[in-house]
Amino acid sequence: MVCESWKAELDIFLDGEATEEEMRAFDAHVRNCASCAADTLARVQMKRSIQAAGKRFVPTLEFRRRVRMSIAPKPQRSFGLTWMLAAALSLVVIASSFSTYVWIKRTRGEQAYSEIADLHVATLASSSPVDVVSTDRHTVKPWFQGKIPFAFDLPDLQNSEFSLLGGRMAYLGQEPGAHLIYAVRKHEISVLVFQEGALGGSLTDGSAAKKELSFNVATWSQGGLRYFVIGDASAADINNLASLLKATS
Amino acid sequence: MSGANLQADSFEELAMPLFDQLYNFAHWQTRNRQEAEDLIQETYAKALKGFASFQLGTNFRAWMYRILRNTFLTSRTGLKLTMTMPLDAEEGGLEPVERDTPETLLVEQSNREPLQSAIDELPVHFREILILCEVEEMSYQDISETLSVPIGTVMSRLSRARRTLRKRLRSQLQEGAGSA
Repeated sequence: MVCESWKAELDIFLDGEATEEEMRAFDAHVRNCASCAADTLARVQMKRSIQAAGKRFVPTLEFRRRVRMSIAPKPQRSFGLTWMLAAALSLVVIASSFSTYVWIKRTRGEQAYSEIADLHVATLASSSPVDVVSTDRHTVKPWFQGKIPFAFDLPDLQNSEFSLLGGRMAYLGQEPGAHLIYAVRKHEISVLVFQEGALGGSLTDGSAAKKELSFNVATWSQGGLRYFVIGDASAADINNLASLLKATS
Repeated sequence: MSGANLQADSFEELAMPLFDQLYNFAHWQTRNRQEAEDLIQETYAKALKGFASFQLGTNFRAWMYRILRNTFLTSRTGLKLTMTMPLDAEEGGLEPVERDTPETLLVEQSNREPLQSAIDELPVHFREILILCEVEEMSYQDISETLSVPIGTVMSRLSRARRTLRKRLRSQLQEGAGSA
């Protein structure tokens, strides 16, 4: 093969596309042909230069990460794990709802006690604390007829240290109720009676008087009515009056 | 693991090692970073979608390059470039080596810029075959599969690409000598 034929196929040899036999023949020729050796060297240099220059563009790490994310297998939860997660989530929701319910109920209860204390203080501070002034329960009770949407009984205070001073209308949560004032020694005690629904069931019955805003308070529900006994008298006095009312109602 | 996940897992293992070289090729094709990223993104999405049709054990690299190239050719830039691509004189004899070529001097200067510029100015069908052969070191068979052309066309197109590149380099050198 003459030099021109070799040179015409130089690229094929250098691209590694010739057969082993052709490569051996080419190698033998180049070793003995200065012209072909020089051309081969120039082509090899050119190939290396193109290879180096061609590796020019590099993707950013962020782009690589983005593409990898887009083709990555999607994580799949097992059926059991999904149910466990759902159950755990339900428990959290239930616990959260219960806590919220308790918190709301407690907040409403505290609000109710606060309003009861306000009614007690405002009434005693008034120049006319009662609208019906009488120590006779048979006078006071009928006074509320037609004023409040329920009826209640007042205890017989004979042989007790309590005395009835009178009564007036009171409002709690826009609902009308009865406000009675009793006296024990030098203390005045308020007894407030409302329909249970007026307070939205936010209170729980206490077996004994407890302190609220430094007043002693007893409350209970009876016959669909909510009773409050509040005053600065001792807890024993509050409880005794409460017992009399409970026994009557 | 589900069949779809197994498939995605295998695809990631095969495709991510090719990421850098595919990106380099895409950037040479589009000559624009944003377009190259779009092209790669679309290529990987298409390849993943069609991976079920790929036969394991066959040439995955050529398959990926073919998807990339087809995606490029149907893109706005690709369509614009291929409309100006000469279709005649595709086949032809191999070019003899020219003696004492000025491009060898450029090459000896170890300066990549003139060469990169010359490659960049090549028509897209010359540029891509040169990158596949010289940079990606693909065999003629792989190039043939990637470009969907016969091996004879690969050889002649490659030869013409090299000759055109040499002409560009010579022209650059003459311009440089003239302005000096």
